[in-house]
Amino acid sequence: MGNTFRNLCIGTALAGCLATAPAFAQDDTIKVGILHSLSGTMAISETTLKDVMLMLIEDQNAKGGVLGKQLEAVVVDPASDWPRFAELSRELIDGQGVDVVFGCWTSVSRKSVLPVFEELNSILFYPVQYEGQESQRNVFYTGAAPNQQAVPAVDYLMEEEGVERWVLAGTDYVYPRTTNQILEAYLLEKGVAPEDIMINYTPFGHSDWQTIVSDIAAFGSAGKKTAVVSTINGDANVPFYKELGNQGISAEDIPVVAFSVGEEELAGLDTEPLVGHLAAWNYFMSVDTEENDEFITAWQDFIGSEDRVTNDPMEAHYIGFNMWVKAVEAAGTTDTDAVIDAMVGVAVPNLTGGLSSMGPNHHITKPVLIGEIRDDGQFDVVWETPGLILGDEWSDHLPESAELIADWRAPMSCGNYNVETGQCGGATN
Amino acid sequence: MRLVAAVVWLCISFASPGFAQTLEALMAKLPDGNFSQREEVVREIAATGDDRAAKLLEVLSEGSLHQRKSDGAILWVTGSRRDLTGADPLTGENLGPVEPRSTSAIKVNNSLRRTIRAAIGSLRLMHPDPVRRMEAAEAAFNAPDATQLEAIEAALVAEQDSDVAAALTQARAVTILETDAPLSDRVAAISVIGERGGRGALNALAGYRASDEPEIAVAAAEAVAKIERTQAMWAQVQNVWFGLSLGSVLLLAAVGLAITFGVMGVINMAHGELIMLGAYTTFVVQEFIRTSMPELFDWSLLIAAPLAFLVAGGVGVAIERGIVRHLYGRPLETLLATWGVSLVLQQLVRSLFGPSNREVGNPSWMSGAFEVGEMLVTWNRFYIILFAVAVFAGLLLLLRGTALGLQMRAVTQNRAMAAEMGIRTGRVDALTFGLGAGIAGLAGVALSQIDNVSPNLGQSYIIDSFLVVVFGGAGNLWGTFAAAFSLGIANKFLEPFAGAVLGKILILIFIILFIQKRPRGLFPQRGRAVEG
Repeated sequence: MGNTFRNLCIGTALAGCLATAPAFAQDDTIKVGILHSLSGTMAISETTLKDVMLMLIEDQNAKGGVLGKQLEAVVVDPASDWPRFAELSRELIDGQGVDVVFGCWTSVSRKSVLPVFEELNSILFYPVQYEGQESQRNVFYTGAAPNQQAVPAVDYLMEEEGVERWVLAGTDYVYPRTTNQILEAYLLEKGVAPEDIMINYTPFGHSDWQTIVSDIAAFGSAGKKTAVVSTINGDANVPFYKELGNQGISAEDIPVVAFSVGEEELAGLDTEPLVGHLAAWNYFMSVDTEENDEFITAWQDFIGSEDRVTNDPMEAHYIGFNMWVKAVEAAGTTDTDAVIDAMVGVAVPNLTGGLSSMGPNHHITKPVLIGEIRDDGQFDVVWETPGLILGDEWSDHLPESAELIADWRAPMSCGNYNVETGQCGGATN
Repeated sequence: MRLVAAVVWLCISFASPGFAQTLEALMAKLPDGNFSQREEVVREIAATGDDRAAKLLEVLSEGSLHQRKSDGAILWVTGSRRDLTGADPLTGENLGPVEPRSTSAIKVNNSLRRTIRAAIGSLRLMHPDPVRRMEAAEAAFNAPDATQLEAIEAALVAEQDSDVAAALTQARAVTILETDAPLSDRVAAISVIGERGGRGALNALAGYRASDEPEIAVAAAEAVAKIERTQAMWAQVQNVWFGLSLGSVLLLAAVGLAITFGVMGVINMAHGELIMLGAYTTFVVQEFIRTSMPELFDWSLLIAAPLAFLVAGGVGVAIERGIVRHLYGRPLETLLATWGVSLVLQQLVRSLFGPSNREVGNPSWMSGAFEVGEMLVTWNRFYIILFAVAVFAGLLLLLRGTALGLQMRAVTQNRAMAAEMGIRTGRVDALTFGLGAGIAGLAGVALSQIDNVSPNLGQSYIIDSFLVVVFGGAGNLWGTFAAAFSLGIANKFLEPFAGAVLGKILILIFIILFIQKRPRGLFPQRGRAVEG
């Protein structure tokens, strides 16, 4: 109720309500900001992340908090409205005095808060797989970069399923466009002929997939094994898979590997016709480890339902939160600069049985898992990378970023260092 | 090679308990090795010809074959994460509950599943059920295997059903292409496959265009070209069909708005949310049926439709009585107020049902597809077109043929005079708005079959609905009808060339230009009432 009240305050009367906020910012708690949409189009994905953060914070408090202080969650609702993400992150940092923020889902929301975090020098943990081509001092990227998801998935299809013809289908915005650009370059490098690649973009929330699915079926009947690499976003997936099922395209004929479809998305879907279609993530709920079992049980107890699933971005927050706790304890303070310095090299257990660590480019090491959809809406892991892979912030497959690296350790402290020219600031963004 | 196949075939025909030992031994080998080794074991299992092999392979392909960690025993595990039961995969005997995480699944991937399907197919070529035999023949066609030729030929000789025999002949042709049979046989096989047509044949033949033997390459190229010509022709028919289908969705979404906006002149921004309420009603009905009377599931949509009409219609009447009636003649205020209502409804549904998508199943009669010539028609789209036309016809009948319809038209054309004639205009307003809203609810039932049932469902249809009504001419139901289908078809013909994104933009630009030229749409209302 307290949170609802605070949301209401922030939502309606920013200035009036928060003018007194700093007075409450006492030293006996550490404030953790949660910046996820609880209404609007992205609520479908982000609400769960808010809940998992509340659970993690509650658990940590039960263990005695951090640095002997209790953690206090400050939840705000940016309502899937990108400029509002920036406004609210300013409120969180300046008005509420939070020490760290966990939040954002879409790339555009992340881009809109970047300048705020830079200006006010705070810390953001970003838990979602994204297109890469970015490394910022104040942001820790706990989701996958393209080399931790898209590229291994293509490798799997090529090697294990003998795929020779590729449909790159995506929603028309920055993540699919950049990912497909990287994938196309990668496929061409691998010797795939340009006429064996079909690229298709659809608008957000596209629901009439008849033409595209029938085009895919036609493209796939050229005597070569064909697969679809899907960067179709959230909601549009349901009608897409339904149409695939209805037109009788099974995963054995033309498998679809998706980067945005996880357990949560499948929960709203009759999965029977989807069995065998693939997804690439760094975590699946079905992974059989001690840590994962504990996490699932804790989550289902917290949320009060055995039907609720866990997914990859939730694991990313789990890793990110534990890394932050460890870094704060190592630094002995929540001071932004000290924590940022302490973060690099921190390693915590992930839920798939490994130890994820924070790289100097503010991306983390993760295993890459390829899963096939089961009829119960879960995934069977059919393949995984032998070890953990560090997120590659600047893709090596695109000419404009091949020479760039990021290293936030002193003395380099640069997010876009050009190894060719030896200059920091080689990128255009 | 043929000898082996013949032996295998004998085994299949005379499956005997003597092979049981081998099947058990082979099953024990399943968990070991990687996917390609597992594929070998699957082939060997199929080769035992044991009666129980097909069932075992089916369980394996479902991914419910597990290995117990403690002793390596193979179990058939079913149930949910915290409530698992084990059974003997060969006998089906129940072995009681299984501790979570005490077993690990024997993994299958797509290519292994393909092998399994072919293997099950080979075991079922002589199955007593013709449906199974048909599946087996299709499996053999899709995964040609030279070693299966003898088995297919034997099955063909024994086959009584002409459809299955035709499928077997085609499967035999594909298989012959894989062997080193005489050239003339293989060229004949190509023509058999060419006759079959369709994408499967295209897939089977495309590779042979690059054959080393010129005769084969030429024959394959000709057959492929012929199939492609037929397909290109059917693609146009298919486009028209897709257009009709998109048009029917637009019609359903817009026809309710044609009443509230077109006839009454109320800019109802909450129209999309009324559609969403219809979809959620369907969800609730299905949930209820699932838990209390699952045998009625196939009827769920028919039960949901009148309920959705009542729910959305009731909310519509409430909106009209509570808000809209105070704002007649003030379109801007109406727009803002109904937009507010739409946000309230969205958040209400989000709070009640949660933000994530809800699963609304397709009844069995709405799943899958049937073929018309070379064209695939999906049942759900087919029924939605019928439903849209039925709703439209019903509405037309109601407006033209009933006293209520007459009163509605009278009130909207000349309120003062209608009131003079003793019509209770307030009541008619509420009913008219309720009717439009109820029809939006019906649209929701249909859309729940093809789109996400989420709180955002309505948002994706509101703009399209207004476009259709404005383009067709406000106040004219036939205009809405014509507009929905012409926009649908135009969109589907643009999509293959321009892509989905650009296609939509082009349509939008076209409508803007069109409205500049003819502000009252395709079929403008005429007469004095318009000016009033």
